[in-house]
Amino acid sequence: MTMAKRSSSEAMAWLLFSAGGVVSALLVPVLLLLSGVLFPLGLLVPEHAHLAAVLGHPLTKVVLLGLCMLALLHWAHRFRYTLYDGLRLKRLSVPINLLCYGGALAGSVWAAIVLF
Amino acid sequence: MPDTITLQVARYRPDADAAPTTQEYVVPLREEWAVLDGLNYIKDRLDGTLSFRWSCRMGICGSCGMTVNGNPVLTCGTFLTDYAPGPIRIEPLANFPVVRDLVVEIEDFLRKLPAVKPWLVREDEQGVDDVEFLQTPAQLAEYQQYSMCINCMLCYAACPVYALEPDFLGPAAIALAQRYNLDSRDQGAHQRLDLLATAQGVWACTYVGECTSACPKGVDPAGAIQRYKLTAATRTLRSVLMPWAAR
Ligand code: SF4
Ligand code: FES
Repeated sequence: MTMAKRSSSEAMAWLLFSAGGVVSALLVPVLLLLSGVLFPLGLLVPEHAHLAAVLGHPLTKVVLLGLCMLALLHWAHRFRYTLYDGLRLKRLSVPINLLCYGGALAGSVWAAIVLF
Repeated sequence: MPDTITLQVARYRPDADAAPTTQEYVVPLREEWAVLDGLNYIKDRLDGTLSFRWSCRMGICGSCGMTVNGNPVLTCGTFLTDYAPGPIRIEPLANFPVVRDLVVEIEDFLRKLPAVKPWLVREDEQGVDDVEFLQTPAQLAEYQQYSMCINCMLCYAACPVYALEPDFLGPAAIALAQRYNLDSRDQGAHQRLDLLATAQGVWACTYVGECTSACPKGVDPAGAIQRYKLTAATRTLRSVLMPWAAR
C-alpha cells in the first residue's frame, strides 16, 4: 500500500485541539459559574479591589490568554472537520484552513489586546 | 407471535440488473432463528439464486456481516424475533462495492490489513530454543481486547469517514496495529508509526465512534485510535524537535 508520509502538522493540530478541549472543559464552567451566575445573582460578592487585583495580575492574564488561544484552536480543528466532512467541502481545504486557523490567530491577538 | 416474518432482501446481479432491487420472502419466524437462518431458509427452500456469505454461524468467522434495518450487524448473531413483526430489510454492508446480492468486495480491507504488519515484529530472529516469550496477565490485558477482532468489517460499514475517504486505513486495521504495538513481545511499533501517523491513518479519524457501537466483539476501535493519536502526536513531534533521537 502506498501511503502519505507522517504528518507533523496534523499531529500539532490535534495536540492543540486536545489541549484546548481539556483546559476549556476544566476552566470555562468555573468562569461561567462565577461571572455568569454567582456574581450577577449576588450569591458571591467579591470585593472590587480584590477582584481588580486578581484580574490585573500578570499571571491571571497569561492564564486567560492561554485559555483563549487553546479554546480557539480547539474550535478551529472542530470547525475545519465540520466543513470538511459535514458540508463535504474538503476540496476547499486551503481557504478553510486559512479561515479556521487564521480566525483562531486573530481571536488570540484580540484576546491579548483586551487583556494587556 | 405470528409464525412467519417478511424479509425484504436486496438483490443485485450485475450481469442482469442495472441497479439493486428488493425482493420479498416470507420465512418462518422461530424463536431460535437468527437472520442468517432466515436467509438460509430462502436459499434452501425458496430461491437458490440468492447469494450471501457465511460460515461459522457463531460469531467467529466474521463473514456474515450485512445491513439489517439500516444497521451493520452479524446476521448469525441477530435474531428474527428482535425485529418481529417485521418486515426486516436486509442489504449488503455499506461502504463496500457489491459483487452480487449481499456479497461485497472486500479487496480494499484485505490490502490495508497486512499494511499495518499485524504480526509480532522482532528485531532479533530468535533461535528455536529461545522463542518462548513469557507474558504476565497484566501484559496480556494491555492488548487482549484488540485481539478479539474477527475482521467482520462492520466498523468500516459504520464509519462515516471511511464512506467519504476510501483511503482511510480504517478502524479495524488501526485497532489491530495497536493489538501488536501494545504486545510486550512486539518490537515493530516504530515501523507501524510511519503508516499510522499519516493523514490516511489516525489523523483521518474525527472520533465519531460509530465503529465502536457497531463492533460485535467489544474491540472498541474508536478508543484504540484515540489512544494511538497521543502516541502518534508525541512521537511525531519528538522526531521533529529532536531529529537525532529519531524514531
Ligand atoms: S473491530 Fe469489531 S467491527 Fe471492526 S472488524 Fe474487528 S470485530 Fe468487526
Ligand atoms: S457466520 Fe461466522 S460470524 Fe456469522
